[in-house]
Amino acid sequence: MAQQSRPPSETADVIELLLRTGDNTLVLGHRVSEWCGHSPVLEEDIALANSALDLIGQTQLWLGLAGELEALMNGQARTADQLAYLRDAAQFRNVLLVERPNGDFGQTLMRQFLFDAWHLELLKTLENSTHPRIAEIAAKAIKEVYYHVERSADLVIRLGDGSDESHRRMQAALDDIWSYAGELFVADAYDERLAAAGIAPNPADLKPKWEQTVLRVLSEATLTVPAGTFVHKGGKRGIHTEHLGFILAQMQFLQRAYPGAVW
Amino acid sequence: MYAQMIKTDSDRVKDLSEMSPEDRAFQERIDRGEKIEPKEYMPEGYRKTLIRQIGQHAHSEIVGQLPEGNWITRAPTLERKAILLAKVQDEAGHGLYLYCAAETLGVSRDELIGLLHSGKMKYSSIFNYPTLTWADIGAVGWLVDGAAIMNQVPLQRTSFGPYSRAMVRICKEESFHQRQGYDIMIKMAQGTPEQKAMAQDALNRFWYPSLMMFGPSDKESVHSAQSMAWKIKINTNDELRQKFVDQTVPQAKYLGLTVPDEHLVWNEEKQGHDFSEPDWTEFFEVLAGNGPCNKERLAARVKAWDDGAWFHDGLTVYAKKAETRRARQPLAAE
Ligand SMILES: [Fe+2]
Ligand SMILES: [Fe+2]
Repeated sequence: MAQQSRPPSETADVIELLLRTGDNTLVLGHRVSEWCGHSPVLEEDIALANSALDLIGQTQLWLGLAGELEALMNGQARTADQLAYLRDAAQFRNVLLVERPNGDFGQTLMRQFLFDAWHLELLKTLENSTHPRIAEIAAKAIKEVYYHVERSADLVIRLGDGSDESHRRMQAALDDIWSYAGELFVADAYDERLAAAGIAPNPADLKPKWEQTVLRVLSEATLTVPAGTFVHKGGKRGIHTEHLGFILAQMQFLQRAYPGAVW
Repeated sequence: MYAQMIKTDSDRVKDLSEMSPEDRAFQERIDRGEKIEPKEYMPEGYRKTLIRQIGQHAHSEIVGQLPEGNWITRAPTLERKAILLAKVQDEAGHGLYLYCAAETLGVSRDELIGLLHSGKMKYSSIFNYPTLTWADIGAVGWLVDGAAIMNQVPLQRTSFGPYSRAMVRICKEESFHQRQGYDIMIKMAQGTPEQKAMAQDALNRFWYPSLMMFGPSDKESVHSAQSMAWKIKINTNDELRQKFVDQTVPQAKYLGLTVPDEHLVWNEEKQGHDFSEPDWTEFFEVLAGNGPCNKERLAARVKAWDDGAWFHDGLTVYAKKAETRRARQPLAAE
């Protein structure tokens, strides 16, 4: 395997990347799945379940590889399930954006759109990663994410440029979530080393393309980009909002209450 | 079943000789096994009964998302979460096909949903029971989807074309659901003592409600006789219940679980099991709105609808705007 010839410090960086990517899809998938059976219309129940399914499927691949690579670090591999169900909040590396509560359907949708637009740019770069296993997963995931962006952008436009009420709600959703999008583009030392090795993009470099998409869609949606530049961050370092603890309390309940049981 | 106790507006099944020429021709087509298509002649009673039946079936699929959706965020592994998500997604899809089949009879999805929300139309009694543990998700797949299949496999041959075709698509998916549910039960039954206890408890709680899904005995029912003459009901409730018990008892045995019926015994003569009837008083209480979850289930659906009103309106207004913009555009492409 290619990664075996790489220095251990690089493996640690790769694992960090995989946890960040997999935790993003896991936590967002969880949030989206909360809508199941409660969405405004049957077609949305189906579409949301579909997005959640894609995200959970991607989580299995990202976290699966992270757990596998851990064996190179300390001789002990973990499964995707162990990583998802047996880590506490401080070990989660997702951005704060994805753990924001669903709110109304507009808030869920805006969160999804801002994420999807970033997710697509990320995967476009990861598809060409020097790490073949990462490139392989990205190539698989990107097919799903093209569709996610198309769908969330389309709905943002239609609701933003819809009735007064839907416009008001979409603007409120944008205002509410905007300050959480910036964390997607904040680079730390891990990101810089990964970018230098050609394994992953420097997050900051994804911003222009993301902005292009987002500004185009928001303008078509007749929505106003909030003026504020403040960015909420911390998730990538394991400092989360209060919400993640509750997400994990639900998600991990059975694994925690019945340790070692097979399901 | 997913459609229970459907009324037909008939007080008795008419003989061919008593029918109008049109109705007789219609009945003869059905007797020959032909499919009736939406644009073709059908008696008003047939149309109305089908709307009730397909509507109730559609509502059951939709409300049925709730008890299972209840465990999606708590599913014990990523794979189980994905399987359950896919299942609940399938159920929404079933609702969609069925509402579309009903629409061919001249009733809109919104009208049917309105009737559900006002309590004028029902959904299957089974979805008024709670899913209390993860084993319940196994039991629902195994028993509830299992009971649904019993009824829906014969309905693939039903006389109304769109309903029959919807059933063909639905049945394929339902059998997956049942297998996946049974697979959860296998894991639980072979698991730790706590898991095994959960599995037994789930069977204890879901056994009789599953038997109730077929509805009370309809040997004497005019409505059933009429529906059977129209081939929108293929078997009596008792026949289906018997088949379900005969199929399920060996499966429970394989799991090492006990069916909660001390009178359950193999009857060599009838080549089937003798078993206890469910408590029909409880069944009628549940239908009357007094099941453990009636209020929550309906409230959840009504809330989803009300909270989504702005979403519907927003999309409608956008569609109108887009239409106007298109109309204003010069015919540049020509
Ligand atoms: Fe179904
Ligand atoms: Fe099903």
